[in-house]
Amino acid sequence: MTKVTLTVNGRSMSGQAEGRTLLSSFLREELGLTGTHVGCDTSQCGACVVHMDGQAVKSCTVLAQDVDGASVTTIEGMANADGSLGTIQQAFQDHHGLQCGFCTPGMVMASAALLAENPKPTEAEVRHYLEGNICRCTGYHNIVKAVMAASGQDAGGAVAAE
Amino acid sequence: MYNFDFVKPASVEDAVAALGGDEAQPLSGGMTLLPSMKQRLNAPATLVSLTGIDALKGVCRDGDMLVIGAATPHAVVARDAAADYPALAELAGQIGDPMVRNRGTIGGSLANNDPSACYPSAALASGATIVTDKREIAADDFFQGMFATALDEGEIITSVRFPIPQKAAYAKFAQPASRFALTGAFVAQYANGVRVAITGASENGVFRWSEAEAALSSNFSADALAGLAASADQMIGDLHGTPEYRAHLVGVMTRRAVAAAH
Repeated sequence: MTKVTLTVNGRSMSGQAEGRTLLSSFLREELGLTGTHVGCDTSQCGACVVHMDGQAVKSCTVLAQDVDGASVTTIEGMANADGSLGTIQQAFQDHHGLQCGFCTPGMVMASAALLAENPKPTEAEVRHYLEGNICRCTGYHNIVKAVMAASGQDAGGAVAAE
Repeated sequence: MYNFDFVKPASVEDAVAALGGDEAQPLSGGMTLLPSMKQRLNAPATLVSLTGIDALKGVCRDGDMLVIGAATPHAVVARDAAADYPALAELAGQIGDPMVRNRGTIGGSLANNDPSACYPSAALASGATIVTDKREIAADDFFQGMFATALDEGEIITSVRFPIPQKAAYAKFAQPASRFALTGAFVAQYANGVRVAITGASENGVFRWSEAEAALSSNFSADALAGLAASADQMIGDLHGTPEYRAHLVGVMTRRAVAAAH
């Protein structure tokens, strides 16, 4: 076991990791941050997306020891300081961008990464960017509406396109 | 996955030394290696991370070449190669999804030589040079069949040198679940001729479609390919497509790439 220290949601946190310990397992089991979900564990579904040094990554396919010292933002870091929902989270609630909610942490983190690099995406850009996040409930339309709304744009235009 | 020792050297020399150990393997972005280790298809005793070596990262112009560090993620190539070699940047921007592009690297993709990966087609169609810690290997000699390359055990790709073409494009028919190429064609026009490399189609991995190269070298237009058909012999057949289907796609995607070349 090796000590791994990360800055998680602005706080320095340490834990023990084996060589094979995944960032997703480290966050959930070692640091107790279970908001990051593990869906497929094969880097396809995107439920485990977190930001690492500002970039969205699939934490089930990153080794904890490989990112020792990194700055990580998880879904727990997306709420406002007073505990109320952040803009993207609130938009997901307002537009029913979730049903069972399992994919939602990854959807929110991927959406936040998109809006950080492209603050006013088109609907097509939202759909393209969320290609690596799978939702088995909503059919994506309400998720796309939520992201459009979170970007301050009209959410009404999101319709079945594919 | 089975446990292993993890090391993260800061220099190529230290990485090469660490790879000299028993059953040691290099780890770049891990987008293929880690899933294959989870499935226990691969179980190294030691993983040597290359992501801490700054010398392996970055995109830079060197005369008529674009040089890309082996540990440069796809997202960085998509952004930083856009001005000098737009077709290559566009290829990088279509790999996987945004999260995969933030981790996966060009060196990892070329060293793995997945028969459906995108990058091998760009390297082969560009006549790129794969630079390792001990030699330079022409792309024509590098790819040696499905998941096979000219790399020796413990040899690390350090950079890839792409001659910048006059015009080029990549056309990919994506397998929608995996986002790998069901068939992809990279077409690059140089002063001394046109090169066409096909990925995703052949059981032997990426290959040059020489008949199309000859036709395009005398007339660089999609019309020049009329009547040319790739053989279905040795094409991949699986639940996503028959060998005949892929052979057909080779022609379609090559024509699309020629039409899109810029």
